[in-house]
Amino acid sequence: MNNTTQVMPFSFKDCALSAIATGRRAQTLRELRDHIQQVQPDSIYYHFWGGRLQPQFDEPEYNNDFAGWVRHALRDHSTAEQLAVIDPTEFESLEDLRAEIIEVIEARLYEQEMVPWSKPDEKFSFIRSQIVVFDRHHSLEDPARLGDEIPHTTTSSIFYHFIDARRRSPKGRDDFSNWLEGFGDRYVGLIERLADVDPYFSTLSELRNQLTDVIEHYFHETESKGGM
Amino acid sequence: MESLHAYADIVGHEVIDQLRQLAAPLKNRKVVHVNSTRMGGGVAEILNKLIPLMNELGIETHWEVISGNTDFYQCTKSFHNGLQGNTVNIPSNLLRNFEETNRENATLLRPALQDADLVFIHDPQPAPLLEHISDRKGKWIWRCHIDVSHPYRPVWKYLRPFLAGYDASIWSLPDFAQTLPHPQYIIPPSIDPLSDKNIALPEEEISGIYAEFDIDPDRPLVTQISRYDRFKDPVGVVAAYQLSKRFIPGLQLVLAGGGASDDPEGEAVLDEVYAAANGDPDIKILLLPADAHRKINALQRVSDIVLQKSTREGFGLTVTEALWKGRPVIGGNTGGIRLQVINHHTGFLVSTPEGAALRIRYLLNHRDILEHMGKTAQEFVRDHFLLTRHLREYLTLMVILSKNNSDRIMLS
Repeated sequence: MNNTTQVMPFSFKDCALSAIATGRRAQTLRELRDHIQQVQPDSIYYHFWGGRLQPQFDEPEYNNDFAGWVRHALRDHSTAEQLAVIDPTEFESLEDLRAEIIEVIEARLYEQEMVPWSKPDEKFSFIRSQIVVFDRHHSLEDPARLGDEIPHTTTSSIFYHFIDARRRSPKGRDDFSNWLEGFGDRYVGLIERLADVDPYFSTLSELRNQLTDVIEHYFHETESKGGM
Repeated sequence: MESLHAYADIVGHEVIDQLRQLAAPLKNRKVVHVNSTRMGGGVAEILNKLIPLMNELGIETHWEVISGNTDFYQCTKSFHNGLQGNTVNIPSNLLRNFEETNRENATLLRPALQDADLVFIHDPQPAPLLEHISDRKGKWIWRCHIDVSHPYRPVWKYLRPFLAGYDASIWSLPDFAQTLPHPQYIIPPSIDPLSDKNIALPEEEISGIYAEFDIDPDRPLVTQISRYDRFKDPVGVVAAYQLSKRFIPGLQLVLAGGGASDDPEGEAVLDEVYAAANGDPDIKILLLPADAHRKINALQRVSDIVLQKSTREGFGLTVTEALWKGRPVIGGNTGGIRLQVINHHTGFLVSTPEGAALRIRYLLNHRDILEHMGKTAQEFVRDHFLLTRHLREYLTLMVILSKNNSDRIMLS
């Protein structure tokens, strides 16, 4: 039986984000907490993930905007570390993620006697985004060719299929895994390996390389075992 | 005129494919850009490049320029200074002339503007056009290229009513956005890697600069390329050079600036720079014509370090240009320079002539670090600040506005 004929081909898409200023600005940790409580979920999402598509050159451990600002503008290293370690992939919803950020900040506010201020021109500006998704007019029928395709995929397409997909899919999974699931148990091993790839601590280029490695190794091992 | 495929060698074919896919739903739409000058300044440079590429993508794109008398440009220069935070007093007769000039230009431009699907109005000079084209058909977007993070409030209060009616606005940095009743998009500007200002030059053309401007190729050179404008702090650059020269006696400085037709203050600032330089033969103060792009390109390439010691800056395209040529930049800690100059990666941010002098000495004494930073700088610009990224963001915005502005748009 040829399973590849029973599943819809994987359709590669790409995306572009537009960043929009919300008009909300914070100058202290307390103001940051207050705005995080009220801001649209899209803004929380943008400050954890949207930066991947924007210019950045920061220390890799501060890979969400809140942590970076608390470190650089408020000079509060310990809170920055606590915010930086929050991994958004561990939360089922943006509301759960929002609650965790607020918890970290409130714990700090409770123990602090003085609230540090940023300079007036280093306020935190809350951004939200709109996304335009477009078809690359390119599809794939055979999962074994995925390893050849990924290196030629744009980083924004990787963002769409591996990061943005988690907001769209009921299981909070990436598009590749959702597609592979359509083949029944055949690619369970690959789905498990893809689940181990943590997109939060990588740039999009690094993520593309990791996905390529995982997929190529999987098919290489499967071929060696004569499993195909 | 470069076509899209010429950019593929620099940014990759995937990037060009992306542009074509994003532009597909905009085919045959009519787009008009309006600003106040065709020559001089970053806005005209960007429009000169973006508009032909938009047309190549099948979007019917036009460029209109408003015109005014000396009083009009005096007034809009005061707006510019006021929006950047300077206290300015603008006589009411200049404001009336500003409004009347826009009324006259609206009459002339009405046929081009009223039927356009999308109209981009650049900076404050043509902002009041909107209220004179009441029967407009399309979406109007105000594009602000200025650092408006700390505007002089009376100027902002005067201009705001002209801007509130737009369907959207675009700002170079989040810090610049103001309170307005429409979506405010963030799009940093860009440089064109194929323009005369940025394209790779033959070695003889680069080395010809030494003789032309009497620069010694065997001694270190720092350069600031900028209009002679107080916000660019050319006098501070001379001070930084003088502080550094005590430790690096062979140091040379080039200050090279052009004038824009809407910048009447330049001459006064130039006089201050001459006075500060005090006849030092190692300081070359150049006033270059607006079309001296290849000379500016070569000057950046023969420099060891490029300075952009602005105290206020919209974005700082001269910074982008220098980084693209693999030169570390010592830049003022303000505006869009912060987005480009990343300490220890692409250069250094400074707040004083002393800070600039310290970093000049550091880099000239650590040539390996200088070289490494230059390479990093070029890749950083390739990824984030080239024209193709800018065009992609405009296309994205245009798609969003033409598809009723929802948060997620799926193009078929």
